[in-house]
Amino acid sequence: MSEANASATRITPGNALRPEDIALEVRTGLAKPTEDTAEYALRLGDDALILAQRLGHWISRAPELEEDIALGNIALDQLGHARSFLSYAGGAMTNDDGSAKSEDDLAYFRREHEFRSVQLFEQPNGDFAATIARQFVVSYYQFLLYSRLTESKDATLAAIAAKAVKEVDYHRDHAAQWVLRLAGGTEESRKRMIHGFRIMWPYVEELFRDDALTGRLAEAGIAVAPSSIKEDFDRLTGEVLSEAELEVPDVPAAPGGGRQGKHSEHLGYILAEMQVLAREHPGASW
Amino acid sequence: MAAQNLQSVPVELTAGTSETAEADGQANFDRVIAEDSRIEPKDWMPPAYRKTLLRQISQHAHSEIIGMQPEANWISRAPSLKRKAILMAKVQDEAGHGLYLYSAAESLGQNRDEMTDALIAGKARYSSIFNYPALTWADMGAIGWLVDGAAICNQVPLCRASYGPYGRAMVRICKEESFHQRQGFEILLELSNGTPAQKQMAQDAVNRWYAPALMMFGPPDDDSPNSKQSMAWNIKRFSNDELRSRFVGMMVEQVRVLGLTLPDDQIRFNEDSKKWEHGPLDWDEFHEVLAGRGPCNSQRLERRREAHDDGAWVREAAAAYAQKQSMTTKEYAA
Repeated sequence: MSEANASATRITPGNALRPEDIALEVRTGLAKPTEDTAEYALRLGDDALILAQRLGHWISRAPELEEDIALGNIALDQLGHARSFLSYAGGAMTNDDGSAKSEDDLAYFRREHEFRSVQLFEQPNGDFAATIARQFVVSYYQFLLYSRLTESKDATLAAIAAKAVKEVDYHRDHAAQWVLRLAGGTEESRKRMIHGFRIMWPYVEELFRDDALTGRLAEAGIAVAPSSIKEDFDRLTGEVLSEAELEVPDVPAAPGGGRQGKHSEHLGYILAEMQVLAREHPGASW
Repeated sequence: MAAQNLQSVPVELTAGTSETAEADGQANFDRVIAEDSRIEPKDWMPPAYRKTLLRQISQHAHSEIIGMQPEANWISRAPSLKRKAILMAKVQDEAGHGLYLYSAAESLGQNRDEMTDALIAGKARYSSIFNYPALTWADMGAIGWLVDGAAICNQVPLCRASYGPYGRAMVRICKEESFHQRQGFEILLELSNGTPAQKQMAQDAVNRWYAPALMMFGPPDDDSPNSKQSMAWNIKRFSNDELRSRFVGMMVEQVRVLGLTLPDDQIRFNEDSKKWEHGPLDWDEFHEVLAGRGPCNSQRLERRREAHDDGAWVREAAAAYAQKQSMTTKEYAA
């Protein structure tokens, strides 16, 4: 990261980047993403937002109080990352009145086909094992992605990733520990863990798909080419699966298409619930 | 400590020695209470003191856990991402409060599983306030401002409760609760200054939560059987009516800043008694809800039961895995 870019985000060690800081930089013109960069930030923001919405459902329903707290924490971290990425993405998108789109404009006033999250993130929580299977894949993917994104030539993306990677590292540990416990616990928990992986695994392939946008941005040193972290993902998740004596599920990949706005049936319900109140009172402040 | 030494004493002597130990324990307990200092888990305490504390602390823990539900109900629909984050953090705090309180109760000899079983079997109580529904977003404001506000009035004096682990847990809980109350106030303030529909939503929520919040302080003093003993033991510091009156005084000031009203035209400051007075409360409704016939009693318990039952296989797996791990460690050691 060059000195000039680093100073643009006012980030110093110990001074964590808040979504409000990014929104302020966007409003004052300090941070100005290109259209490509904004689209990329939107993808990562939507992934995190949809996952936060899914995980938030566990709060008050988890298998034990400690997990209400842990899953709530992970949801909160994801929501924080989403807010940062979306605030930044909005810097290259305008409302009808010419103002930059805010995190809330993007979260509450887009329709299904305008969301850019991959389909894994919108998959239903299922039982605790299914949620852990999704968490396991997601947190290794995000850990590798954000680790590399800290080197982005875009200072804002690098700063968001620098904060996020520390948090996602804990998510990774949480998921891996549960994979080991459930796979090595009882006969029932092992059966459920295997089932959880089988229903989530069809959506893994889509995470590592390159396209024209990531091609241009990776070339420019701004984004991480998804395919470039696949090998590390296979190796690191493979180590845990092997310790848990589990196989990588042999299931066909789903066609995916979330990055282009193609979603499963689930996203509509997520958005209907998430957006209902904000849409009842357009223009209101909360 | 004295009790542990009894094992080496001949059987025929134990009864008498035990009585002596109990008399010593009682004397020590009385002295600690008279000095207004603290009883700790290993100190001797009268069985009734232990029972009262266990009842109160476990009820308080259950209230935190059941109390997560009305607010968790709005996490998915929070109208801005910032509000969603704050609400998630708040509900998570409540789970944390439940954990400290269960730990404080465990120090009196009952474990968390037993307390949870009593809760889901419908044998344990929790604060009746959580048996009312959270119907609109403004309820997140009213719960924070009125319900957490009333909880703070109740709980600040508990930071000085004679039982050490309880008092210390309450210090941390009160710090977080006061933050919760401010966020509730802020939600209402934003709504009150918003569109007419938002202001109406805020007023409606205050109207619905006001009386149940006042009843959180418990029945009037002349109808509160346990209060007197709890005050003598320095667990409770102020009477129900005293705390209720203080709370009304605080709310009267704050509701003006909010630009809203309290649904009670009989609030007045009594110059003679120097206390705030309020209109009559529907104690029949209070007792109905307490008896399990409130709007959400069945729903709240069922949700807790369902989470507990659905999670049984996970807890069993974690226990089985931990046991296998500890056996492996022992094999290595051998």
